Amino acid sequence: MNERKEPILRAENISIAFGGLQALNDVSLEIYPGEIMGIIGPNGAGKTTMLNIINGFYKQDKGRIFFEGKERPRRMKPNQIAAQGIARTFQNLAIFSGMSALGNIMMGRTMMMHSNIFSQALYWRFSQKEEIEHRAAAERIIDFLQIENIRRTPSSMLPYGLRKRVELARALAAEPKLLLLDEPMAGMNLEEKEDIARFVLDANEELGYTIALIEHDMGVVMDICDRIVVLDFGEKISEGTPDEVKADPKVIKAYLGEAGG
Amino acid sequence: MTFFLEVLVTGLLVGIMYSLVALGFALIFKASDVFNMAQGDMSLLAGLALVGFLELNFPLWLALVCTIAIMTILAYVTVFVVLKPLVARPPIMLFMATFGLAYMIQGIGQSIWGTQAKGLNLGIPDIPITLGGLFLSTFDLTFGAAAGVLVFILVWFFHKTRTGRALRAVSDDHEAALSVGIPLLKAWAVTWVIAGIVAVVAGIAWGTRMGVQFSISYIALKALPVLIIGGLDSIMGVIIAGLVVGAGENLAEVFIGPYVGGGIQTFFPYLIALLVLYFKPYGLFGKEIIERV
Repeated sequence: MNERKEPILRAENISIAFGGLQALNDVSLEIYPGEIMGIIGPNGAGKTTMLNIINGFYKQDKGRIFFEGKERPRRMKPNQIAAQGIARTFQNLAIFSGMSALGNIMMGRTMMMHSNIFSQALYWRFSQKEEIEHRAAAERIIDFLQIENIRRTPSSMLPYGLRKRVELARALAAEPKLLLLDEPMAGMNLEEKEDIARFVLDANEELGYTIALIEHDMGVVMDICDRIVVLDFGEKISEGTPDEVKADPKVIKAYLGEAGG
Repeated sequence: MTFFLEVLVTGLLVGIMYSLVALGFALIFKASDVFNMAQGDMSLLAGLALVGFLELNFPLWLALVCTIAIMTILAYVTVFVVLKPLVARPPIMLFMATFGLAYMIQGIGQSIWGTQAKGLNLGIPDIPITLGGLFLSTFDLTFGAAAGVLVFILVWFFHKTRTGRALRAVSDDHEAALSVGIPLLKAWAVTWVIAGIVAVVAGIAWGTRMGVQFSISYIALKALPVLIIGGLDSIMGVIIAGLVVGAGENLAEVFIGPYVGGGIQTFFPYLIALLVLYFKPYGLFGKEIIERV
């Protein structure tokens, strides 16, 4: 495994409470470069909360986050974290529905563009040249995710499965150092799930993306993840390779309940 | 027939100006889900400032630049001082904040430039001209054209420039916009600046017509039915609705008015708005939000 490498992201003793609810309690995890890490756990375990802390939507009450070996200031804003190279997708799908697939992908590249979005008007020619380069990159992603035939379709008119794919395309377009996927296969049929699983694996193996994903479909998680962290009621109860996790009595208990309990 | 066309075209030209005011609302609502009660007062402030600078014998272009500078400062102060602490609070709180803002703007504007009505003369002759056999006011034509150009520039800006597209992204989904690295508050501020510029044009248009005075802030009331008819979050919608309202109220006043005693111009737009609400609650072009219960 990658244990000898420096983790690209390390979350240390993260705690956060919402009112009286302790959503995460002293959870630590590492994500290593080049791996696909799965975060699993029953509903309400704190998986999405963890992703929200990693990408800055929530601020942890306690604990520290290190990205590429450097501690991240607690008050860093989500857009600044995106600029550092963390992209994500959302459980409930968040695409720019007024734009086409292509428009979404180009927005995904916001942070790749050198001319600042608010000064672009001043550097019209320069940014036009840049725009052409980014268009080429966008086409490669469209090609990779096989969405050529919908690149001009307004996203609001696409079926759910394709919208999910557009969202994934937007996140990939940012060429992030760390890609967070929150239930990329939720609500999909088997065929669609296999497609997405394929894309996630290819993104990892061919394009070299580091990926952390939340997913409920155990079959998929066990198949594609290198390493898995299991959360339950805001605590980390297990961690390891898919086989190790599958055999862990605590995990079995969390998912199935205790025999005779 | 000529008379009908005259009434129609005059109505349409006034309608473009309604569109303009409604556009200011729609821009801000789209970007930040804030219904900005201060939009009318922003036009008042713009008008007062412009007259103020002109009274100091500034040339027109400089007075305009200074006015836009004031609107820019106002936009940034509004976003970073008034709205920033309220981000992610219920929309009603943001709404109430803009109410306060409206009175602040009015108060500040009037304490600097006084409360009496002032004429704003940009040297546009107020004589009717004939165009294709129709008698039309030069005022209406000039501002109709100016508003049309502004609307065209805005549509171009939002679709063809990266800044514009980033602002559209923010209006589509705040979280997604943040996740691709767009700074939310900065995007809001830029939107408020644009709404401020729209307010300047509206302030000039209405100011030359009826003098720069307190009642300019009431043109916001004319924008309400326009917003309802067009849909709060549709730029194209409010532009079309503005034209519909302008033409509709003018036609109604001239052709239906005499039978019911006249004066229906003021409420006729609301009548259309009620009808639209009945059949299309999100406006003719608004985004239909289906909420799960």
